[in-house]
Amino acid sequence: MKRMGILCCCILTLVLSSLPIRAQQSPLSSPAITSPAANVASADSPKAVADKLNQLDQRVTAAQSNADNAWMLVCAALVLMMTGPGLALFYGGLVRHKNVLAIMMQSFALMALITVLWALVGYSLCFGGSGPVIGNFQFAMLRGVGVVPNADYAATIPQLTFMVYQLMFAVITPALITGATAERMKFSGTCLFMTLWFLLVYAPMAHMVWGKGGFLNASLGGRFPTLDFAGGTVVHITSGVSALVCALYMGKRVGYPKQPMPPHSLVLSFIGACLLWVGWFGFNAGSALSSGGLASSAFVATHFGAAAAALSWSLAEWLKNGRASALGAISGAVAGLVAITPAAGFVDPMSALGIGFAAGMFCYWMVTKFKAIFGYDDALDAFGVHGAGGTIGALLTGVCARMVINPIYGDGKAVGGFDGHWGQVGNQIVGILLAWGFAIVGTIVILKIVDTVTGVRVTEEQEIQGLDITLHGEEGYNLEA
Amino acid sequence: MMKIEAIIQPSRFESVKDALLEIGIDGMTVTEVRGHGRQKGHTEVYRGREYTVDLLPKIKLELVLPDNLVNRAVETILKSAKTGKIGDGKIFLSRVEEAIRIRNEERGESAL
Repeated sequence: MKRMGILCCCILTLVLSSLPIRAQQSPLSSPAITSPAANVASADSPKAVADKLNQLDQRVTAAQSNADNAWMLVCAALVLMMTGPGLALFYGGLVRHKNVLAIMMQSFALMALITVLWALVGYSLCFGGSGPVIGNFQFAMLRGVGVVPNADYAATIPQLTFMVYQLMFAVITPALITGATAERMKFSGTCLFMTLWFLLVYAPMAHMVWGKGGFLNASLGGRFPTLDFAGGTVVHITSGVSALVCALYMGKRVGYPKQPMPPHSLVLSFIGACLLWVGWFGFNAGSALSSGGLASSAFVATHFGAAAAALSWSLAEWLKNGRASALGAISGAVAGLVAITPAAGFVDPMSALGIGFAAGMFCYWMVTKFKAIFGYDDALDAFGVHGAGGTIGALLTGVCARMVINPIYGDGKAVGGFDGHWGQVGNQIVGILLAWGFAIVGTIVILKIVDTVTGVRVTEEQEIQGLDITLHGEEGYNLEA
Repeated sequence: MMKIEAIIQPSRFESVKDALLEIGIDGMTVTEVRGHGRQKGHTEVYRGREYTVDLLPKIKLELVLPDNLVNRAVETILKSAKTGKIGDGKIFLSRVEEAIRIRNEERGESAL
């Protein structure tokens, strides 16, 4: 009986694989080219020359599009890598070993969950329509999203590419929040919370900053144009501030702060941090949405920001404790990357160094002194690094942005403080306050809903025993096996 | 039959093992343990939070020997495990009721 089953499967596989496969033909990769021999006019006539120029034009456009598309697809992959395994490892190493799978599972689940939500309504809510606060349902179920570019957002790449690139941002943003709720949040609560948070906080914020007609959109004529190249407000402030709200709502972990809870594997965190750094090139440089000079500029700024911040956090530690630590260095690098995120495509390399340096010191102070003063249990410093880093980065973007790097308001129009347009800092403050506001209000409402439906926090017994065993029935390490 | 339980510095383990082998003792059970007597621990700092770690890693050696070998074994362990500093560890001796070899169910000192 079993052998019959296997035989049937083999036959079915053979039959199916012999059917013709519908290949996705991109019109951009193989444009219709008429051979010179088909031209009726003679080789030198004005019509022939005009035709030839037309062909060349098409081919150059196609080549540019292919270059941009290749780059953007790689960037989308890099940003996904930031969540899995970048963030999963970074956070995984910082928790106690009894909770390592639980925190990784949260990131991984989001990779799946957000993708489906994005495909159904998410992309549309963020990038559809032209409302000031939220999109519409024109792209629901990805209707109309194909290989033809969406000229409002990225004229040289298929809209599919733009859509899937933006998806990766929507995946990692809620994943950052898990850093504050670590070691005590229910998995069911996480899934419900993230679904609601994505729809009620992320989507409006993404639309306002990046969507057509968005209230804060700097490149598409928003009312308070906020410069946010790759998501300092949309990604880091929203998630970081939400993280703080969650930490305050849920309360401290059992035993915090008296009981020591050191990271169980800084080796994992180190690997995760390095993957984040490399992946961030996709996050920031990819936000140029093309493979030209702006991508180079953002790439360099990103790298410099990370480096300067790693040094300044380490320096702060060295001065305070007498020695630099591995955790400090990698945390510094991440803080720098967060701060440079809104600035990446607007500032010059030296400003990037400055922004990184400032972020390293500021975030160090936030996770050590500020956290100690107020005593909240932001377990993995999601607020201290992302909320604080995103805020200072967004502010400094307004200061350091230059039209020579990115003439976003038009040729010759001042962009940031260094161009003399200090009003930009005011706009940044509006964007920052909106991000804070949305995050705070949205998160409180969502937490109340989730607490009623599934519950937010695990029981004390579950927390003490560990989430891997109690929530997932698994152990991360079975070293005796 | 006596049981020797020796808690020693991990860094001295290899010397102790080799020294015991030299006097003809090759059966032992080794466990990695944590503990402290009077030795102070150390402080670790993670993102500004200080943790005092006072359970220090040690190696525990367990040997069950016929009475006539015990004194030599204890002397050997003392000589090779000593560094002279606090944290060197301790040796405990206790009497053993019976020893049985699982393979052939032999009992008594010939089972050791």
